Amino acid sequence: MPEILSAPLVVEFPFTRSLGPVQSAFLTGLRERTVLGVRTTDGRTLVPPVEYDPVTADELRDLVQVDPTGTVTTWAWNPSPRRGQPLDRPFAWVLVRLDGADTALLHALDAPDPEAVRTGMRVRVRWAAERTGAITDIACFEPYEGGPGERTGAPHGGVFTDPVTSILAPARLDYTYGPGRAQTRYLEALAERRTVGERCPSCRKVYVPPRGACPTCGVATDERVEVGPAGTVTTFCIVNIKAKNLDIEVPYVYAHIALDGADLALHGRIGGIPYDQVRMGLRVEPVWSEDGRHPDHYRPTGEPDADYDTYKELI
Amino acid sequence: MDPARDVAVVAFAQTDHRRRTDELSEVELLMPVLHEVLDRTGLRTGDIGFTCSGSSDYLAGRAFSFTMALDGVGAWPPIAESHVETDGAWALYEAWVKLLTGEADTALVYSYGKSSPGDLRSVLTRQLDPYYVAPLWPDSVALAALQARALIDAGDTDEPELARIAARSRESARANPHAQLPGARDPGEYVVGPLRTGDCPPVGDGAAAVVLAAGDTARRLCARPAWIRGIDHRVEPHGLGVRDLTDSPSTRLAAERAGAFERPVDTAELHAPFSSQEVVLRKALKLGEAVRVNPSGGALAANPMMAAGLIRIGEAAARIHRGESDRALAHATSGPCLQQNLVAVLEGEPS
Ligand SMILES: [Zn+2]
Repeated sequence: MPEILSAPLVVEFPFTRSLGPVQSAFLTGLRERTVLGVRTTDGRTLVPPVEYDPVTADELRDLVQVDPTGTVTTWAWNPSPRRGQPLDRPFAWVLVRLDGADTALLHALDAPDPEAVRTGMRVRVRWAAERTGAITDIACFEPYEGGPGERTGAPHGGVFTDPVTSILAPARLDYTYGPGRAQTRYLEALAERRTVGERCPSCRKVYVPPRGACPTCGVATDERVEVGPAGTVTTFCIVNIKAKNLDIEVPYVYAHIALDGADLALHGRIGGIPYDQVRMGLRVEPVWSEDGRHPDHYRPTGEPDADYDTYKELI
Repeated sequence: MDPARDVAVVAFAQTDHRRRTDELSEVELLMPVLHEVLDRTGLRTGDIGFTCSGSSDYLAGRAFSFTMALDGVGAWPPIAESHVETDGAWALYEAWVKLLTGEADTALVYSYGKSSPGDLRSVLTRQLDPYYVAPLWPDSVALAALQARALIDAGDTDEPELARIAARSRESARANPHAQLPGARDPGEYVVGPLRTGDCPPVGDGAAAVVLAAGDTARRLCARPAWIRGIDHRVEPHGLGVRDLTDSPSTRLAAERAGAFERPVDTAELHAPFSSQEVVLRKALKLGEAVRVNPSGGALAANPMMAAGLIRIGEAAARIHRGESDRALAHATSGPCLQQNLVAVLEGEPS
């Protein structure tokens, strides 16, 4: 059994999210150093504001300004900040009920140690130097000695001349991808320019690439079977749009290829023949890439075409 | 509401939960469990009326990852199949409804999660409100710690009690050969205070599967079926600052609708990944001292994501199968700070 392969896998996605009228006003307000809540039909003020009342499901649009000062309702001490979190030194996570609000906002509190934090302590917003209309326009909270009602700036009704209407929410997650036993064996064989499938002990079908299980019988496949190298085009399509980061001239042919001895067709590009001469039944063989880890494409072997009956089950 | 038909859990299987399973793909992890649960009933894949699974692409880092796992089920010839992108307990709920409609007599429910490829605390931030919360990357332990502090401030618990909950759970897990953390251990350092290492669940990989059957089919497949007397699930607002973190009204309501309060239960399998969450759930479910809580060790002893909730139902049912319980409550949760909760009530016939 070869060593199980693994490789770093980074998933990054910059979601652009559109904002409704309430979220837009709230985040634009943060850009302008103004905190807005939304008033419910029964007179509570929700901060951060939402578009529908979580209790009554009423539509909410009545924006009201609250203070940038508030009270900690619960907290947690974070001794080891992680990537993306608001501060890069130990800090407290806090839920803060801002003065004028009836619900609490999650954020970070800049404090030297856990002894400096308690439920009920007074805090105020520390604004980020550069603000774009995002929750991170609040850099964090900081301890504050004053009482409620010391609002900064004039009251605001939530109408802005230049509102933000969307946010860009970048995310990055790091994984170590492991393909498991069956695919490791397949990839190891490819490195030796061999294609290896696995046979189902029950129905005797050979799967290429093997995934460790027979989808028909639901049992593990583990008898290794070398297949190919040549095979038959079972079906194909002509690609006319150039893929980003892919140095292949269009049009080209992408095909299902049933390697000799395999009971499942795999995918591959067809080269060495004009795209409009590729046909079902064409006999092809792999052309290995320089680094030898996988076939770059398949080219005609020059044999006569396969008879339809020999591959019709694999289309 | 009286269900139109009686539906029971007739078999349960789970993997040995481990910190890493690098040598296994998801389907390779799952398949032995599927075989085991079917072997227990003598059913073959083709006999199953409905199949439903739970898993999450964010754990795998790949889109449509559940389709690969389907290879382990034997999805040819075509089967009736569905998937939920959450814990398998909700897949079981869907299967239960399917059986109640009479469209199927048996169902296979499975779920799995490999947390080891990614960084679980970061991965779970992606289930948070993307506008106001996720951009701050508060990890799963941080959010549970806010809840724990709220409980301590309210006088509902203290740090020594949390340590006792963790120790009791892991001592119970000594009798569970599948547990990842059997045996009490040192409470450890603060991860995010007031939660210490000992208050947090292990991160690990695992899978579980359950077979449901209706009426006489259940009696034929199992000597003592665990009849599902009721299931309900409820959700609370996503805004953490809107909720009372010391309480779980959604759990209480789900339990009420599932009939949990009609007669006492003798066993409760609670999906409380953090020690502090057991305090919330005991209160919400009004569990007295006579109730045996988490005899399996619970999520503090093994918390395979997307399977740990289904395992609670499976463990509760298995105790009924073995004659160790007559009426058991099983609970599953999803989301931060017990946001979503499912409660099932299971009963065995008098033996
Ligand atoms: Zn087979």
